[in-house]
Amino acid sequence: MSPLITLVAQRIALGLLLLLAVSVLIFAGTELLPGDVAASILGQSATPEALANMRRDMGLDEPAVSRYFSWLFSAIQGDLGTALTSGQEISSQIASRLGNTLFLAFWAAVIAVPLAVFLGLLAVRYEGRWPDKAISAVTLASISLPEFFIGYLLIYFVAVKLGWFPSVATIYPSMSLGEKLHAIGLPVAVLVMVVLAHMMRMTRAAILNVMQSAYIETAELKGLNQFKIIWRHAFPNAIAPVVNVVMLNLAYLIVGVVVVEVIFVYPGMGQYLVDHVSKRDVPVVQACGLIFAAVYIGLNLIADVVSIATNPRLRHPK
Amino acid sequence: MRIPTGALIGLIFTSSFFLMAIFAPLIAPYGMAEVVGGVWEPMSSKHWLGTDNIGRDLLSRMIFGGQVTIFIATAATILSFVTGSVLGFTAAVIGGWVDQALSRFVDLVMAIPTLILALVILSVMPISILMLIMVMGFLDATRVFRLSRAVAVDINVMDYVEAAKLRGEGRIWIIFREILPNALSPLIAELGLRFIFMVLFLSTLSFLGLGIQPPSADWGGMVKENKEGIVFGIGAALIPAAAIAILAISVNLVADWVLSRTTSLKGGRG
Repeated sequence: MSPLITLVAQRIALGLLLLLAVSVLIFAGTELLPGDVAASILGQSATPEALANMRRDMGLDEPAVSRYFSWLFSAIQGDLGTALTSGQEISSQIASRLGNTLFLAFWAAVIAVPLAVFLGLLAVRYEGRWPDKAISAVTLASISLPEFFIGYLLIYFVAVKLGWFPSVATIYPSMSLGEKLHAIGLPVAVLVMVVLAHMMRMTRAAILNVMQSAYIETAELKGLNQFKIIWRHAFPNAIAPVVNVVMLNLAYLIVGVVVVEVIFVYPGMGQYLVDHVSKRDVPVVQACGLIFAAVYIGLNLIADVVSIATNPRLRHPK
Repeated sequence: MRIPTGALIGLIFTSSFFLMAIFAPLIAPYGMAEVVGGVWEPMSSKHWLGTDNIGRDLLSRMIFGGQVTIFIATAATILSFVTGSVLGFTAAVIGGWVDQALSRFVDLVMAIPTLILALVILSVMPISILMLIMVMGFLDATRVFRLSRAVAVDINVMDYVEAAKLRGEGRIWIIFREILPNALSPLIAELGLRFIFMVLFLSTLSFLGLGIQPPSADWGGMVKENKEGIVFGIGAALIPAAAIAILAISVNLVADWVLSRTTSLKGGRG
């Protein structure tokens, strides 16, 4: 078996193991901490009998280990349990919201990724000159800005004063794609700004790193033109670090999306999670936490697999 | 020593914010939760920044809110540094299974986005100031752990550490008298970045309604209180949001300067 396949298989196995460990952590985090779900739902005035009933109904009287395994196995089969507050199936509630969140994140990524790579290249091309410095300054600022500052600034000026986009991003299935895109214009803009800075900075660093290699200097000394050097020599070696950068920052979108959905009252996973944290609806929080963590680990996994697969040293084993 | 303009501006703003936080009750013209006027009154000589969603003086509330934000962020940063660096140094010095166990546990915690893990924990824990400091401090300690472990692993193989070991010094001595003084400069540079992260983290939690609970408020909570006004063209929510941004940028300017002067080592910003 080629070393490439072995490495990829190992990395995927490691990712699955990590996901399993994360599921234990999320379960333990909500089950073993001193706070009691039944007590927090019923409040301080609950009688001991009512608490005992509640715990029995929720299966809290069983040992934690057996509850963990039954939770995990039904989660793998797509059954995430029922929400305590509404009594509805969590899986069916999450399905459409997850779709909405991915829709939002997808369009943010479609705009942010090429833009970040392009601006990163621009910064490298004009290293130390004003385009590079301007890009660094904007990066420093946008790393320090909270998402809600950019969000409300856009709502205040673009939605309220200019009226170009709606201030609340409501979407429902019967809308056409154009209408949906118009509705999510502002949230996508915020997400792009949040991710762009990190992505640009890291792309710049990754390409600069490649451009300083000895073989680039050789290519320059051979008299190749700048375009050919970047295309034939720098680009193949920069794919892996750039893909890595992109994936790491898409993972960063996951956190951004939670806040952005709350700002724009967007019917997605983030809003759903936050609502149920304040209602202390533990099964929903566990389910959402697990899904967010799975996406995060999945993106990191893809980043690693791509960098293994595009590494020329591993593609041609000795 | 010449301080670059950017860093100087950062220093001035950062120290004014801290002075404001320390002397909040002396500076604020009105009380924190005192209703003094109508809802969302515009800026005037009586209320410099106008009034908020239930008629409290916005300037006074900003000053008290800043005190809460800065106090909690500072406390959480200290907790994060003490826990992270002590464990990081210990892992590096002892090595073996202790290092493996701590490092793998940190990998595991960092495999979940910090905000998501914080939300999971806050869904079962009572939300109080102490709890917020602990959740923020311990979750962030993972990043300090990685940095201080990496720094300490490098220092641990230096000749002077070897010499200390040979003359029979114990681990406590090695950690506090040999490693700590030499690891201080990269750690101090990281301090500013961790503080910014704490400010943004706390503001985000409060904005989501899971941080500081009313009637007390930090800047993130004030954005939440006043956000309904935005669609009517009332910008009260933008003021605390801008304050968070200015504080973060100022500290960042100072941290960048310290970082460029001291070392090439950096931890994660996320």
